[in-house]
Amino acid sequence: MSDSRDAPSPGETPGAGGAAPGAPLLEIADLRVTFATGDGVARAVDGVDLAVQAGETVGLVGESGCGKSVTALAMLRLVEHPGHIAHGSRVRFEGRDLLALADRDIRAVRGNHLALIFQEPATALNPVLTVGSQIAEVIRTHQHGSRTEAKRHAVEMLRTVGIPDAEQRADSYAHQLSGGMRQRVLIAIALACRPHLVIADEPTTALDVTIQAEILELLDGLQRQMGMAVLLITHNLGLVAERTRRVYVMYAGQIVEEAGTEALFAAPLHPYTQGLMAAVPRLDQLRERLAAIPGQVPPATAWPGGCRFHPRCPFAWDRCRSEMPPLLDAGEGRKARCWLVEDEAHRGTDAPAHRGTDAPAHRNQHGEGGGAQ
Amino acid sequence: MTTPVLGCPGAPVRPLLAVDALTVHFHRRTGLLGSHREVVQAVSGVSLAIGHKETLGLVGESGCGKTTLARAVLRLVEKVSGSVRFDGQDLHSLAPGELRRMRRRLQIVFQDPHASLNPRMTIGAAIREGLTIHKLAEGAAADRRVRELLEEVGLSANAADGYPHEFSGGQRQRAGIARALAVEPELVVCDEPVSALDVSVQAQVLNLLMDLQARRGLSYLFISHDLAVVRHVAPRVAVMYLGRVVEEGPAEELYARPRHPYTQALLSAVPVPDPLTKRPRIVLRGDPPSPVNPPSGCPFHPRCQHPAKDEACRTVRPELEERAPGLRTACHKG
Repeated sequence: MSDSRDAPSPGETPGAGGAAPGAPLLEIADLRVTFATGDGVARAVDGVDLAVQAGETVGLVGESGCGKSVTALAMLRLVEHPGHIAHGSRVRFEGRDLLALADRDIRAVRGNHLALIFQEPATALNPVLTVGSQIAEVIRTHQHGSRTEAKRHAVEMLRTVGIPDAEQRADSYAHQLSGGMRQRVLIAIALACRPHLVIADEPTTALDVTIQAEILELLDGLQRQMGMAVLLITHNLGLVAERTRRVYVMYAGQIVEEAGTEALFAAPLHPYTQGLMAAVPRLDQLRERLAAIPGQVPPATAWPGGCRFHPRCPFAWDRCRSEMPPLLDAGEGRKARCWLVEDEAHRGTDAPAHRGTDAPAHRNQHGEGGGAQ
Repeated sequence: MTTPVLGCPGAPVRPLLAVDALTVHFHRRTGLLGSHREVVQAVSGVSLAIGHKETLGLVGESGCGKTTLARAVLRLVEKVSGSVRFDGQDLHSLAPGELRRMRRRLQIVFQDPHASLNPRMTIGAAIREGLTIHKLAEGAAADRRVRELLEEVGLSANAADGYPHEFSGGQRQRAGIARALAVEPELVVCDEPVSALDVSVQAQVLNLLMDLQARRGLSYLFISHDLAVVRHVAPRVAVMYLGRVVEEGPAEELYARPRHPYTQALLSAVPVPDPLTKRPRIVLRGDPPSPVNPPSGCPFHPRCQHPAKDEACRTVRPELEERAPGLRTACHKG
């Protein structure tokens, strides 16, 4: 019998446990990460505000070099030298500022209530430890219990993520498993301590599309079962459309748009988001010609002045070249870092001469406010 | 140009490229100290045809044999059996000198332009190399030709003096395309040409490839794992699984009404960038079997979820048969 099912609806997230309504599970404010490079300072993440509610699935979408993966690493304080998380950055998770925690305390959070699923299953696993012992290790780090108990729990986790012959598989090494199986093991490790938030950084990018479907279905079922929140980091607009309820779009180190998933796909506000959507070839509609975004993403050591997208933007005018737009409120929970939004908003009420009234004083200074509350 | 041949409507009458029952194997050493030798059956009895100015899309997942097929088409790897005819001549039986002359007419664009661009050679020198080898231009004429080619692919003429690492991925891919075009080929094999690129740049390169085809009358064998990309560029598509073509035909029919259960699963697995689209999804269980030891009968039978799957699927190899105008499917039940 053909085992088909409907793709989960984007609104279908499990009933959140615990957290009081309104208080986000994760709240990032003015996150800045810099890297000292031979070409100068790269401002890889430059004033990111982002929130995830308990049980919610949120997308963080952008192309290579936009800073989305560095954002994920910074949340867990995994940014390595020469990277540096700037003072003033805040990452609040379950009421605690992770950036202010002692090393010991952050280790207690990582892999416990807050887990990360990496992109590359081949390198994220330890090649000289059996997969079973890697899962057991995480369990023993965070939960007190005997070695045998942890081992039993590990086998149970392997079974949960759909690995056949879990008992025997627990004794295999990473190289003995296929890419899809390795990704399942990583999911088992991430979920072993029943995290409240999973950050999934391109969790299926290295996998074939049929395996990707299988893995995402698994993750989806487990999320519903355990009621955890997921921050899905990806370049794939299809995955975002299918799996998330809210989306942040990132470009050149900044959030450029924030919206409900349906609203974003119905009418993207930022010209970059519009450009991305028009550039993707689609199965469901034949396009004569793709609308390519001209030029390329500038290097993080040399973000353009003004709006960082202006050199590639078809709508750019003088103001875009000289003043960086803040993340402007576009109503209905939507925000976009584009002067056009302000224009639209004012067009409805009063027409002329608003220019400059609410513009930030200096373009590259601060977080531009407007973060998710 | 697309009237029936060999009982296969939709395929070109006098194809530029005709691959017939091509089989390619690899020998691989495994085990401790390579003590064990095994045969990878990468391509098994594949037949394909590409007409003049036509694009054939070839889709499949990792390990399905699509890249090996591409290499065998260019005779970069040797066949076990079958033939590859280009403009009527069997490439696999040409003498080295003849093959070299023939290679001018077939070029390849790789996923990673690093594979075709020497890191120690300027972009201009890399493009010029083909002109020299095939004695197409020299001296100032060659310089002029290099500049024209760079401009044709959307790079500035002074890119000729740069080295590959000085360019972005998209620019390098443009240079790789210019290098392939320098020798005026008729067929270009594009092996995952945009897979390493971000979507905004991917669209630029896809548009370029389509413009070049229109302008120069090129034929493409366009290989990709991305079904949406292939849909965009190819009016005719072949789907490979475990070394075999399991379905082939007009893209419109194949994408709208796939008959093979693998094509159905593959298409249903692609996430569509529209949150309001709800499609039934066929989730396959398990990994594809190894091409070292492919299953008997239909190569897809262990993962197939067709309700009528039976003994024949496990024992008898299905041949490609026409199921709809131009659409050929290798399935006992499809």
